[in-house]
Amino acid sequence: MSQSAFVMHEEEYGEITAVVERLLREANAKCVYLVDKDGQLIASSGDIKEIDVTSLASLTAGNIAATGGMAKLIGEKEFSVLFHEGERDNLHISVVGQRVILVVIFDKRSSIGLVRLRVKKASDDLARTIQKLVSKMEAVTEEASLLEQITDDDIEKLFS
Amino acid sequence: MSFINYSSREINCKIVYYGPGLCGKTTNLQVIYKKTRPEAKGKMITLATETERTLFFDFLPLALGDIKGFKTRFHLYTVPGQIFYDASRKLILKGVDGIVYVADSQIERMDANIESFDNMKLNLDEQGYSLKQIPYVVQYNKRDLPNVIPIDELKQALNPDGVPDFEAAARDGIGVFETLKTVVKLVLIELKKSA
Repeated sequence: MSQSAFVMHEEEYGEITAVVERLLREANAKCVYLVDKDGQLIASSGDIKEIDVTSLASLTAGNIAATGGMAKLIGEKEFSVLFHEGERDNLHISVVGQRVILVVIFDKRSSIGLVRLRVKKASDDLARTIQKLVSKMEAVTEEASLLEQITDDDIEKLFS
Repeated sequence: MSFINYSSREINCKIVYYGPGLCGKTTNLQVIYKKTRPEAKGKMITLATETERTLFFDFLPLALGDIKGFKTRFHLYTVPGQIFYDASRKLILKGVDGIVYVADSQIERMDANIESFDNMKLNLDEQGYSLKQIPYVVQYNKRDLPNVIPIDELKQALNPDGVPDFEAAARDGIGVFETLKTVVKLVLIELKKSA
């Protein structure tokens, strides 16, 4: 593979979850998600029982990829913020640190202005944590041992 | 690119089904969806036109059990096969961990197979991947139809590297899981090697 795995550690996961939960409160949002650009859900917070988060994560990544492709066609690097307005709920989607996507779902109890403001602050915090993770990934320690321990038997057993 | 989460103890990987238009990529996913236990699968998402042609992608999340206490999850995607959706195909290949190349065995689709195979290599190159490095398998679909090309000929044209390949009749479920299992194994073996 030309790219190594994206690895999430406990410490950074804690930091990310704290930022996501704070954003949920401060933006008065219904739910907040963090998704990586390949469509994997990283963290979520809020009233998510009704929502299929795996699908939402994959479609969010598809959405960002598609608008990113459009941006390139007109000579932009990317569109870092997308806003979808619904009858009841709205979606605010933004790219953080070029690597992950922050999704905020909110209704009339909040406003686009408030969400934008809070997202900006949260993005800076998240970008710092993501940067830490990337540095850790380059150092490669823990995951190497996990992956090395996988045996052919483990893989075989998945299908037995 | 696989995603390993030590906090939720999960390993996530992305597998893409590639191939010419109407070769049966979506059918593969539909069969997997239909025959998988409810607790092991998520919702299947299909972004298709009104005539059921894939417009952007199909998506199916699968959970396959534990390895060393980590849940393994595979996200299966298809690309839109029609030639003019090339921009979308490139996007879907981003972060891919394994590929299933689905060929249409019918004689009249041979040119489409070769064009799509070359297009896949080109698009992988653009993303910084190479078919030599990425785990992939080939599926010769529609073997149940009368006007099919002999397997040897297909192998010669579409499997020059001699990767694992399978004959299939996806609409009847034949060959679908063999293909999936093999690509999953190859992805995990590659992940282990990358350590």
